[in-house]
Amino acid sequence: MSTVTQSSLHRDTKGSKIVRYSLIGLSLLFVFLMLILPLITVITEAFKQGFAVYSKAVADDYTIKAILLTLEASFFAVAINTVFGLCAAWSLTKFKFKGKKILATLIDLPVTVSPIIAGLIFLLTFGRQSPIFSLLQDADIKIVFAVPGIVLATIFVTFPFISRELIPVLESQGTDEEEAAALMGAKGFTIFRRITFPHIKWAFLYGVVLCAARAMGEFGAVSVISGHLRGKTNTLPLHVEILFNEFQYVPAFAVASILVMLAILILVARSVIEHKGRKK
Amino acid sequence: MKRKSVVIPGFGLTTGVTLAILSVVVLIPLASLVVFSAQMSASEIIDVITRPRVLSSFKVSFLTAFVASLINAVMGVVLAWVLVRYTFPLKRIVDGTIELPFALPTAVAGIALTALTADTGLVGGFFANFGIKIAFTRIGITVALVFIGIPFVVRAVQPVLEKLDPAYEEAAGVLGASRTRIFWKVILPELIPAIFTGFGLAFGRCLGEYGSVVFIAGNMPFETEIAPLIIMSELQEYDYSSATTIALVMLVASFVTLFLVNVVQNRNAKILKGGS
Repeated sequence: MSTVTQSSLHRDTKGSKIVRYSLIGLSLLFVFLMLILPLITVITEAFKQGFAVYSKAVADDYTIKAILLTLEASFFAVAINTVFGLCAAWSLTKFKFKGKKILATLIDLPVTVSPIIAGLIFLLTFGRQSPIFSLLQDADIKIVFAVPGIVLATIFVTFPFISRELIPVLESQGTDEEEAAALMGAKGFTIFRRITFPHIKWAFLYGVVLCAARAMGEFGAVSVISGHLRGKTNTLPLHVEILFNEFQYVPAFAVASILVMLAILILVARSVIEHKGRKK
Repeated sequence: MKRKSVVIPGFGLTTGVTLAILSVVVLIPLASLVVFSAQMSASEIIDVITRPRVLSSFKVSFLTAFVASLINAVMGVVLAWVLVRYTFPLKRIVDGTIELPFALPTAVAGIALTALTADTGLVGGFFANFGIKIAFTRIGITVALVFIGIPFVVRAVQPVLEKLDPAYEEAAGVLGASRTRIFWKVILPELIPAIFTGFGLAFGRCLGEYGSVVFIAGNMPFETEIAPLIIMSELQEYDYSSATTIALVMLVASFVTLFLVNVVQNRNAKILKGGS
C-alpha cells in the first residue's frame, strides 16, 4: 500500500528530511527513556550485588509462595473469563435481543473502574459490614483477606479481556455458516467446535494472553482485598511492594525481574499471535 | 430476521451463563457500592469530599492525569505518525515496545521509574544538576502516568492514520499546499476524534492509576497524594464510608470520561469504515 503512494507522490508525502529524522529521533528517544530504560533499570538493580544475592531473593520461600499464588489467581481469572468470554461473544453476536447494547456496555465497565475501587467493591460486598458477612462466616467461607477475594478481584479487572477480542471477529463473520450447520442438524457444541472456533482461534489466544498478563500484574485491586498477609495472600506484585517499602531494594528488583521477563514473554507471544492471526 | 437467528442453538445457555457471571463479578459488587453509599446522608458525603486533604488529592489526581494525557496526546501522534509513515531500523521493536505498559505490572513500572528518577538514579541525577526533582514530586507522578497512558493514544491514532485516504493529501499537494499546511489542514482534522479517544482513555486510566504512582509520588498530603491513595489509607483505617464516598466521586468522573469517549468514538468508527 505504502509503496504505491510513495512512488506516485514522491517528495510530497515524505516531507523534508529534517522533519522526518527529528520525528524519528524524538520517537526513539521517548521510547528509550520512558519504556526501555525502566526495564534495564530493573535488571541492573536486581543484579547490583551479584548473582548470589539475586538467586537468593528469587528462591526465597515467600517469593516462591507469591509466585504460586499469582499463578493460581491468574489461572482462575483466565479460566472464568474464558467461559464468560465465549458465552458472552456467542450470545452477543449470534442473536438479536433487547438490552444487547446495555449488556455490552456493562461487560466493558470493569476496565474503567480504578483498581483501588475494584478492590473496595469486593470489600463492601463480602467484608465485615456486608449483610451477607454473617452467612459467610457461618459457612466458614473466607473471601476478604483470603485467596477467593484475590481471585474475584483479578477476574474483575480482566473481565472483558477475552470477550472484547472475540466479539469483533464473530461480528464480522456473521451467522450464515452457523445457520447452515444448524439447519443441517448439527448440535450446538459441534457447531461451535467445527465452525465457529477455527475462525476465532487466534483472537481467542490473543485475549488469553492479554488476560493472563493483566492478571499476573494486578496490584491495586489485589492490594485492597488481600490484607497483605505474607506467605498467605501475597501475590508477586504485592511482594515487590513489601520488599521495596522495607528498603530491600535488591530483592525487590530481583522479584520484579521475574515479572519483567514474563512481560517480555507476553509481548513476544502477542506479536507472534497477532502476526499469525493477520496472515489468516 | 428474527426467525433466522433462532435457528442457532445455545441462546438460553450462553446468555444465562453471561448474565450469571456478570452479576456475581460486576453487578452485585458495584451495586454494593451504591447500597453502601445510599446509607450515608448528603451532609456526610459533602463533609468527606470537602475535607481540604481530599480536595487537594482530587486536584493532584486530575491535574497530573490531565497534563500526562496532554503529553501523551502529542507524543502519541508523533509515535503513530512515525510508525505509519516512515521506515527506519528497529521499527518493529519500537512498535512492539509501545505495548509494554499493558504487559508490565504497574508496581514494577513504579519501582523502576522511581529508581530511575530519584536523585541517585540515572535520569534523576541528570536533572538534579539543574535543580529539578522528579521522583517524589508531581512531575514524578506525571512521568508515571505518561508511561501508563502512552499506548492508549498510539493505538487509537495508528489505525486511523493507516486508513487515511492519500488522495486528499495528494490533492492538497497538487493545489500547492506545503507539507506543514497539509498536516494542519488536511491530516490533523481527520485525526482529532482518534486523538480525543486516546486522550480520554488515557485520562480515565490515569485518574484511577495506583500501582505505578504510589512509589514515585512520595505521598505527601496536599502535595503528592492522589485520590486512589486516600481511598487506600481510609481503608487501612477501616473508615469505609469515607473511602466509599471518595471512590464514588472518582467513579462518576471516570464514567463521564468514558461516556464522552464513546460519543466521539462512534464518529470515529464511521471514519474508519468509510476511509478504507
